[in-house]
Amino acid sequence: MTRDIDCAWAGPWTWVGCLNKSSGKSRQAQAPTIVMFLVQQDTELPYVTGTSVVALKYKDGILMAADMGGSYGSTIRYKSVERIKPIGKHSLLGASGEISDFQELLRNLDELILYDNMWDDGNSLGPKELHSYLTRVMYNRRNKFDPLWNSLVLGGVKNGQKYLGMVSMIGVNFEDSHVATGFGNHLARPILRDEWHENLSYEDGVKLLEKCMRVLLYRDRSAVNKLQIAKITEEGTTISQPYALKTFWGFTAFQNPTAGAEGSW
Amino acid sequence: MTKQHPAWSPYDNNGGTCVAIAGADYCVTAADTRMSTGYSILSRDYSKIIKLADKCVMASSGFQADVKALQKLLAARHLIYQHQHNKQMSCPAMGQLLSNTLYYKRFFPYYSFNVLGGLDNEGKGCVYTYDAVGSYERVGYSSQGSGSTLIMPFLDNQLKSPSPLLLPAQDAVTPLSEAEAVDLVKTCFASATERDIYTASFFLFPPSLPLCDGIFVGGDKLEIVVLNKDGIHREYMELRKD
Repeated sequence: MTRDIDCAWAGPWTWVGCLNKSSGKSRQAQAPTIVMFLVQQDTELPYVTGTSVVALKYKDGILMAADMGGSYGSTIRYKSVERIKPIGKHSLLGASGEISDFQELLRNLDELILYDNMWDDGNSLGPKELHSYLTRVMYNRRNKFDPLWNSLVLGGVKNGQKYLGMVSMIGVNFEDSHVATGFGNHLARPILRDEWHENLSYEDGVKLLEKCMRVLLYRDRSAVNKLQIAKITEEGTTISQPYALKTFWGFTAFQNPTAGAEGSW
Repeated sequence: MTKQHPAWSPYDNNGGTCVAIAGADYCVTAADTRMSTGYSILSRDYSKIIKLADKCVMASSGFQADVKALQKLLAARHLIYQHQHNKQMSCPAMGQLLSNTLYYKRFFPYYSFNVLGGLDNEGKGCVYTYDAVGSYERVGYSSQGSGSTLIMPFLDNQLKSPSPLLLPAQDAVTPLSEAEAVDLVKTCFASATERDIYTASFFLFPPSLPLCDGIFVGGDKLEIVVLNKDGIHREYMELRKD
């Protein structure tokens, strides 16, 4: 009779242990042993995750915002995770989902950009190319049943052309004037659909993004009040220092919450 | 030990509906421009129609990543064909290629529901309709995707296609004119979008309204592609957002 003991380890290959209780008459049967098998398990679960990324096109380029939280299940374990990174000269990559998968993706992209630079031919990978590359990577990992558990936002400007796109963990991709991942899709996108317009100024763009991030802060339990807003234009990239949004909790309904229904709690 | 259930699915349904109608010397292919996931809308302006060859257009709905991969594969194969044969692939040839490509992944299918529209070697309109694993058939008209159950019976009624059991076999290609066929397609989507949440809704702007001419409203659209001897012509119908 065997009992399976799984190791809590992510990835397609896992050690699985079986308690080996042989039913023989030999004297060695007395001591229980564990037999280990290296097996392929297709399930993968995310561990340290980032929440929404929101981005929009404005007059001069792209604005992208993400908070700096890294949650470990329901614990907010890390509060200084940079989830937006510049890639090459022309792009910004924001990621939600498994942080370690994002870091692996950054290593892949590093190599890609390096080889692109080494050609030394005056050409550089633009946001469209990077978006295409990321889509292919995500789709191919999904095909091997070993996905990178991320929703990616890729934005950039090259030769005056603004570009903003999104890729999900199974390879679903599209480009639009504004995108958001995770909860942002439900909470931020409607705000953007209502208030976004062509040729937003930088100030208006930031205000709009902050409005979205504030709603997410109030309503997404994995959001933290420490965010960065990144800007990319033809001139280059700027990622702001982390800062907090002003929140308001002084609603009368919060003052005496049990006023309408007194109870033990 | 209880069976472990996977935490993720390699498939998603990004919705949408496609229609194609073949005429005597034209073919109309149309699809909505909404891309959704679950109950969310990802994009209101995503094209599901791709030109594979001069005389062949494909509309696909289903899982967008698989659709994209399929489109890229077919485009690449067409390029190779052009290099090897010094000519464009005909619609029937592309039809066979698509079927074979889909069946190649019979045991991990492309979740893609396709209609191929174009002109055959005699210049007559032809429509091929597929399921996800490549079984296909040449027909006079077809629809695939989330709204197909609503559109197909309507087309059956309006186009009065002859029974496929008749002998000698009768052509299912419609005698309607090109303009009538385009109108019919718009009507199809008008009906489907009233009841199918994954297909964008329809709101016809009267031509007298000064606003509607050439202004991008930002809502969902219906994309209509007409293929005839003069080439390919693409048209957009403004649609309502809900």
